[in-house]
Amino acid sequence: MSNFFYLVVLMPLIGFFINGLFGKKINNEKISGWLSSICILIPFIISAGTFFELLSMSPESRTIHQVYFSWIATGDLGINYAYLIDPLSISLVLVITGIGFLIHLYSIGYMHGDKGFAKYFAFLNLFVFAMLNLVLGDNLLLIFLGWEGVGLCSYLLIGFWYEKKFTGDAAKKAFIVNRIGDFGFMIAMFLIFANFGTLEISAFLSQISGIQINDGLLIAISLLLFLGACGKSAQIPLYVWLPDAMAGPTPVSALIHAATMVTAGIYLLARTSILYALAPFTTHIVLIVGLLTALMAATIALKQNDIKKILAYSTVSQLGFMFVAIGNFAFTIAVFHLITHAFFKALLFLGSGSVIHGMHEEQDITKMGGLKNKMKITFVTFFIGSLALAGIPPLSGFFSKDEIMYLTFITSGPAYYIITLIAAACTAFYIFRLIGLTFYGKPRYDEAHLHPHESPSLMTIPLIILAVLSAIGGFIGLPHWLGHSMLGDWLAPVFSGAMSILSTYQPEHQTSVALELGLVAVSVIVATTMIVISFKKFSKQTTFEEPTGFGKVLENKYYVDEIYDKTIVEPIQKTSDKILWKIFDIKIIDGFINGVANYISRLSFDWRKIQTGVIQDYTTLSVAGIVILLIYLIFR
Amino acid sequence: MQNQNRINLNNILSILIFLPILAALPILFFKKENVKLIKGYSLAVTLLTFVASLYLYFSFNIESGDYQFVEKFQWVQLFNTFYYVGIDGISLLLIVLSTFMMPLCIIASWNTIQKNLKNYYFLLLTLLGGLIGVFCSLDLILFYVFWEFILIPMYFLIGIWGGENRIYATVKFFLYTMFGSVLLLIGIVWLGILCIPYLGMFSTDLTQLTSVSSNLPVDIQTYLFILFTLSFLIKVPLFPFHTWLPDAHVQAPTAGSVVLAALLLKMGTYGLIRFSLSLFPAGFVTLTPYIATLAVIGIVYGALLSIVQKDMKKLVAYSSVSHLGFIVLGTFALTQEAMQGSVIQMINHGLSTGALFMIVGMIYERRHTKEIEKFGGIMKVMPVFSVIFMIVVFSSIGLPGLNGFIGEFLVLIGSFNSVNLGSNLYVIISTSAVILSAVYLLWMFQRVMLGPLDKEENKSMKDISKMELASIIPILIFIVWIGVSPNTFLKVSENSVKKVIENFEQTKQRMSAGFLK
Repeated sequence: MSNFFYLVVLMPLIGFFINGLFGKKINNEKISGWLSSICILIPFIISAGTFFELLSMSPESRTIHQVYFSWIATGDLGINYAYLIDPLSISLVLVITGIGFLIHLYSIGYMHGDKGFAKYFAFLNLFVFAMLNLVLGDNLLLIFLGWEGVGLCSYLLIGFWYEKKFTGDAAKKAFIVNRIGDFGFMIAMFLIFANFGTLEISAFLSQISGIQINDGLLIAISLLLFLGACGKSAQIPLYVWLPDAMAGPTPVSALIHAATMVTAGIYLLARTSILYALAPFTTHIVLIVGLLTALMAATIALKQNDIKKILAYSTVSQLGFMFVAIGNFAFTIAVFHLITHAFFKALLFLGSGSVIHGMHEEQDITKMGGLKNKMKITFVTFFIGSLALAGIPPLSGFFSKDEIMYLTFITSGPAYYIITLIAAACTAFYIFRLIGLTFYGKPRYDEAHLHPHESPSLMTIPLIILAVLSAIGGFIGLPHWLGHSMLGDWLAPVFSGAMSILSTYQPEHQTSVALELGLVAVSVIVATTMIVISFKKFSKQTTFEEPTGFGKVLENKYYVDEIYDKTIVEPIQKTSDKILWKIFDIKIIDGFINGVANYISRLSFDWRKIQTGVIQDYTTLSVAGIVILLIYLIFR
Repeated sequence: MQNQNRINLNNILSILIFLPILAALPILFFKKENVKLIKGYSLAVTLLTFVASLYLYFSFNIESGDYQFVEKFQWVQLFNTFYYVGIDGISLLLIVLSTFMMPLCIIASWNTIQKNLKNYYFLLLTLLGGLIGVFCSLDLILFYVFWEFILIPMYFLIGIWGGENRIYATVKFFLYTMFGSVLLLIGIVWLGILCIPYLGMFSTDLTQLTSVSSNLPVDIQTYLFILFTLSFLIKVPLFPFHTWLPDAHVQAPTAGSVVLAALLLKMGTYGLIRFSLSLFPAGFVTLTPYIATLAVIGIVYGALLSIVQKDMKKLVAYSSVSHLGFIVLGTFALTQEAMQGSVIQMINHGLSTGALFMIVGMIYERRHTKEIEKFGGIMKVMPVFSVIFMIVVFSSIGLPGLNGFIGEFLVLIGSFNSVNLGSNLYVIISTSAVILSAVYLLWMFQRVMLGPLDKEENKSMKDISKMELASIIPILIFIVWIGVSPNTFLKVSENSVKKVIENFEQTKQRMSAGFLK
């Protein structure tokens, strides 16, 4: 199957062109939607075939390197369009095309009747194309092409309903904040090329393998790449774009802003795992940023009322958990949580989309209630997704999150573990607050005018499939006290380099089944307690007051947006406008030029007086000139 | 030097220069009323020139970095001045860019220029000839003649067909560039005189001068470098010599802005490589820190000022200051990657900024204003236009996959470890432009195209016309082509750039005792 692998990337691009160029002419939702979906399904099938092909090889040789043609070649720089198919990239390709296909199907139902239907599917296909380049590229520049490409699609899709003011703001914010991260990514590439003469990842990694731990250059490169990751994967201090990105259509939030694009940062760090193993200084910063983000976002989610905003902050928080895993050098577990999160968060977003669809575009959960009986499939699947998110065994989220928490305990210590535990507790609390307010209790909407209904089967079938995956997906990575982690074995060759470096300086951590089971018990008890408290409180709540004190701070997201505005955005604008433009450019530079011009024109006005028009005057002047010239020539 | 096997049209460069100039003359005798003839004839002439330049392109030998298609004969015997033309890959790309953009400018002017048609098209054609002349002159006086010659049509294009404040803008444009020109002329004459001892006579022949100019004392080289370079930097324009540009752009008619941004500014960046660098290597090295600093300031400063502009044309003009800073930085980095980046960035800026000015022109034609706040939600009434606008915006932002990224990236990655720059701070600061360019362009796009269509007078704006499509689609093709497969273009200038740098390195070695500490 790997012989046709180029089709995996090419099909979505073809879909993009067909829908983008002829979508308006075709003017048929069925054709546009299905064409687009098939352009994702075929890549899924091919990559599944490739997956089995890799599986049939011996573990060490599971790498297929496909070089297509040269992209940029000048001087010492040679960049190819070339793909690296290995266990890590193919796993993500399967997630992207698999979940991508389900979300395409769902979108056919969700976007029904939208006047930009074909455009929407064109963008969605383009996104998948870019995302596949991101995970498959064998060099940093091709990854960057995909990286920026997904950013573009994110921009286009957040701003899809462009007639509303806030969608444009949100789209622009997403792109610009991401560009701050890209700044880091680019400088990292410059450093790598300047010092190692290549941008190909494997060549770069093999060159650094011999460098000592915490070398300054490697710290710089790893920190800069992490800055890029913070942008795309919405970590402190660059997470602010993701909640706003919810302005886009909900399936977009599911695909781009939960399951795939936002995990690009985790992918990047996992892909360069050797670098992070060699730079534990940076990895520790990754850990701290991940922890803070996980905690901060989870607390903000406690007080949000917009169903999508809650899920958005939840995503930020869960991405934080993935970075915590990387911060503990647990690359496999980071990828594991990436995959399970893709299942249950895509499910939750699609579920919320179904709710919004059924509620005729209402997103405020304080204005919902009692939807459980009116939207049965949505409710059941959403409930499963929430349990997975909250970390209730044996659902998928339980396995991946508990593994992260356990590793935090043994690698970084109990203090760090407590933070993850608090974040996990908040998670269970906010998601069941959402469930309680949305699906239970009495309707708080105008029942005379609004009749919530279950969504069509094109939307519910993806929900069911994702619910099954969210439920059983954890079994690919069973902890060792329960069995065998298939994912761990599968990814082992990818991370073996990093692991062998780690073993040179990091003492083997004492693992004990008793401790692990104890921690599991703690987190399950905490999560369950939180669920019960939250559910009891919110499934009956009917009145809502303005939060006060810390609640108000949480509702206003710690005022981070406002702080950024006052400390960064406004000063830049004011300085540029008032000082640089109006004073420096206009008054000083132009003032000087105009001053000179005026002076010259005045001067020539004065000098004009010597043009008297009298021949004698001219003759006198000429003679005087000749005399002066002669004197000069004689006496020089 | 000449590759006899491949060349059968020996005078192709002269043909390219004089075809548009001579063909412009009959326009003056056309009947004023015969509008279609004037326009059709001009378009035909520019298309013919374009085809001729394609011939040049395809018979050019990219394996060689030497001057090709050389023509040389005595012009003014007294001063030992030659009619001496020839091109390398760098000139070739700029010539083809010129012949490519000019027909598009004529299409863009088709329905928008109403008065004084004969003179307008006459000037455009002569301008094209002059530009080609600038890009292939290998004699300093000949170069200077074309350089000055171009001022005249440009002066009138802004002065006659410009906006309300056109006189102020033209005078400013004229003063700035004349100031530079005078310095350039002094430099040429002084250089010729100083080289008499080495050559045995006064000369303005670039190849002769290049072979001896490095023998001049370092301080003299530096003075000469300043005389030449100041004039180029004003034309680029580099901060702080840029203030003529926004005014000239705002007042110029659409085609004037396109020609100005896409082609005229490149005369400055081209001059840096062809003359400043090859003639005065010591001056080049000595002044690198200063000019590179100005380039970096310009990159950030231009971007910051773009953010706060209220007039679309001014915004694009300031963004040019930022984008051209990259070209200057890449030139002074003196590495293969960076200078290749500069060359491709010249083409990119020509395409992207040219297209942006066309787009602003299209909006202006509909509403007779360029003020950003007069718009909003235009996407709804101009869907096709908005797609094109967006592609051009992202090209200018430097999105990978489109042309702008290739130039910026090559300049930055090539400058990062440049020995000549000596510090990677230049690059680190310049890279911030990737953030700022997204800020000003996306913000403008949002305020003009997105949001509610709430202004009554905008509701009747018509989507892009066939004629307008014809003027901009060819540019879009190259925006994508260069982004996806830049090698097509990079390889044209690869060996020429290599030669420029090799020559520099050789001279440096020859003078090693002298100018480098």
